[in-house]
Amino acid sequence: MSESIIPESELEEVELYHPKSWWTEKVFSQDAKLIAIQYGLTAFAIGFVALVLSWFMRIQIAFPEMAIISEGTYYQFITMHGMIMVVYLLTALFLGAFGNYLIPLMVGARDMVFPYLNMVSYWTYLVAVLVLFVSFFTPGGPTGAGWTLYPPQAILGGTPGQETGIVLMLVSLCIFIVGFTMGGLNYVITVLQARTRGMTLMRMPLTVWGIFTATVLALFAFPALFVSAVMMLFDKLLMTSFFMPALVEFGENLSYGGGSPILFQHLFWFFGHPEVYIVALPAFGIVSDLISIHARKNIFGFRMMVWAIVGIGALSFIVWAHHMYVSGMNPYFGFFFATTTLIIAVPTALKVYNWILTLWKGNIHLTIPMLFCLGFIVTFLNGGLTGLFLGNVIVDVPLSDTYFVVAHFHMVMGIAPVLVILGAIYHWYPLITGKMLHDGMGRFHFWITFVGSYLIYFPMHYLGFIGVPRRYYEMGQTEALYTSSAADLNVFITIAALAVGFAQLVFIYNVFWSAKNGKVAEKNPWKSTSLEWQTPEQPPIHGNFGKELPVVYRWAYDYSVPGAEDDFIPQDVPNEKVKLAEGYKELGVEKT
Amino acid sequence: MSATSKVPLKDGMEGFVSDWASDQRAFKGVPWGKAMMWIFLLSDTFIFSIFLISYMTARWSTVEPWPNTSEVFALTVNGVSVPLLLIAIMTFILITSSGTMAMAVRSGYQKKRKQAAALLYLTAILGLSFVGMQAFEWSKLIEEGIRPWENPFGARQFGSIFFMVTGFHGFHVSVGVIFLFITARKVLRGDYDTGRRGFFTWQKGRYEIIETMGLYWHFVDLVWVFIFAFFYLW
Ligand code: HEM
Ligand SMILES: [Cu+2]
Repeated sequence: MSESIIPESELEEVELYHPKSWWTEKVFSQDAKLIAIQYGLTAFAIGFVALVLSWFMRIQIAFPEMAIISEGTYYQFITMHGMIMVVYLLTALFLGAFGNYLIPLMVGARDMVFPYLNMVSYWTYLVAVLVLFVSFFTPGGPTGAGWTLYPPQAILGGTPGQETGIVLMLVSLCIFIVGFTMGGLNYVITVLQARTRGMTLMRMPLTVWGIFTATVLALFAFPALFVSAVMMLFDKLLMTSFFMPALVEFGENLSYGGGSPILFQHLFWFFGHPEVYIVALPAFGIVSDLISIHARKNIFGFRMMVWAIVGIGALSFIVWAHHMYVSGMNPYFGFFFATTTLIIAVPTALKVYNWILTLWKGNIHLTIPMLFCLGFIVTFLNGGLTGLFLGNVIVDVPLSDTYFVVAHFHMVMGIAPVLVILGAIYHWYPLITGKMLHDGMGRFHFWITFVGSYLIYFPMHYLGFIGVPRRYYEMGQTEALYTSSAADLNVFITIAALAVGFAQLVFIYNVFWSAKNGKVAEKNPWKSTSLEWQTPEQPPIHGNFGKELPVVYRWAYDYSVPGAEDDFIPQDVPNEKVKLAEGYKELGVEKT
Repeated sequence: MSATSKVPLKDGMEGFVSDWASDQRAFKGVPWGKAMMWIFLLSDTFIFSIFLISYMTARWSTVEPWPNTSEVFALTVNGVSVPLLLIAIMTFILITSSGTMAMAVRSGYQKKRKQAAALLYLTAILGLSFVGMQAFEWSKLIEEGIRPWENPFGARQFGSIFFMVTGFHGFHVSVGVIFLFITARKVLRGDYDTGRRGFFTWQKGRYEIIETMGLYWHFVDLVWVFIFAFFYLW
């Protein structure tokens, strides 16, 4: 076997900023790891608000006679729930939290390339969250325009929150985008320009590939949201007519005229569809790594996986109008976008096959992270299949704006990525805190969450088939329109939703309880090969690696290599240093 | 900078790919700040493209006629109305400032501290005069009764989109001017010779920063060319 080549160092070491006071160390920290935790906690805090809103909505739908919220409030709650979940929770968590924590560690860097900018990114995000949250307490409350914020109705009378709620929502989104851009540039450049010696692009773990590609998507997709938010703000505050056609309200001519509401839909979905993949690609990456680690087998088709991530990312920019089949756009557009949508299913399906082939004959450890990964695969597959239905114009038209859609997107971009996030937290919690999460509570959390989510969303497909519309706060005289099973099912779904919500409380308790009382984690407890576990200290300290940055000799998937004594070879171990199993003279060669 | 590595280089496409995918850096020899500016500008390109696409859609969707730009943007000199006079001057100034910027980059790399600083100040002042003329143009249009929400000469979207896009571009120029002044001061003080640390960022300044600034400045200039073509000539 050839000698391992050690490339020369191209980069001189940068000096890190060393905090001088408690404030700059613990609060205004420039250390990506602490920024990650700040991002994570903030995202979970606002995400919890969105979860509580969903309880109110579910109780309202199941027991309309209780009338716990009014119809206006229901609109406000769906809007805030949807927007918080998609943007302020999932995007911030995957890119801001996981990106910050994992990218520098996994590519062998001491920190992000511009730590100061990185810090500002978090504080800007916090401001965005606060601005959004404040809208709950303004006159008129938060906006009730739906998370898609379609004009003209979003800024007109009759829509709850049109006084200040919509303005705060748009302003908050703009702030979020500015903050994200600062962080996103950091993640991209750290991956491209600050890897350690030997860390070639094709040796990066898929987690990094996923987060990296998603960040690139975000940098190109958020501009569309930014511009449309600015234009809608002008329509609202300066009475311009970018999106506003001539309108009559209560018999009076409004002073708008000549704008195009469809333009907003195009811009929104030019952002909105890549946004789905901004959430999905990091999940894909993380799940690939977790499956490989917990099945002690290399990922199947690594290169294919990388190209699938990149390909999906590129394609995701030309499918946006599949959200607009019923908007009245030119039918030929529908044909084009249906085609691209079905094409994107190919690399996606490929990834699912590869995950399953990785599991095939693997030494599967049913650890909690593995359970969540398995849950992800089934859930994502389910959501992906209904996506094929909705991607076809003729099937979509009758299903549009029914509960079938609610079921589809919750499966594919609600539950599936959340399962990955939860699994990832169980996986990396020992690295971050040095303690293990409590196993019993974890298993309880997994089973209730996984089974419960199915019980919530599976029946919704049926509701959609019988025509129950989405965004309705009650079904009215159900008997006249749908079978009475719709009402019964809604009660059932709500009970499941509350159970899932309860399981999340157990999880939150577990996170805090284990930080104090958890079992102390041994070094590299999952026997993983990637660099984040090879730091001298666990949890890693400021600067991540000791005096010398690690040198990388192999990809991140050397599990169960024949000939090696351990069933994993860390990325920074050269071939010469691998301990051979008894009876072997060389790695990878059959016993002689 | 030392040779990339001892690994033999490959030719052609294969070499390109393997270089790109090699360890440490995808763009060899490119400092972090410069790479980051490139990516930022790509993202910003999306912002301006979407603004311009929205502009085209607005012209298309509005039912009122679009005002005649060679009349709206004319200046009256000695009783003669000269179309696009102010804009021609503004464009000339901005493009000149790109030239002085490029010269500043060169002087910076040659470590001619004073010359670089002088050129940077000159660029900043040219930028400032651009913003000043833009303010003049805005006030002229406002005096004539054009507002974001109304326009006596035709479609109201004309005013809305004009103020929005040129305002956004003017904001870019103004930010650039501020940073040009800061950079010029740092160059003059010799920060990039002594490697003095940034006040906030704690990183050592280098002359490369002038080039990074330059990228931004040329980009803003390029965007102006598009705005010029789309708003004034169409
Ligand atoms: C168990 C947790 C969850 C429950 C019980 C839940 C429940 C609901 C309910 C009741 C609605 C309103 C449906 C309607 O009336 O049309 C809704 C809408 C929505 N949810 Fe969730 N949800 C959950 C998690 C999530 C997650 C994790 C996401 C992240 C992607 C998400 C994203 C959305 C979006 C985008 C909407 C659409 C809002 C709109 O129509 O404007 N939800 N959810
Ligand atoms: Cu889509």
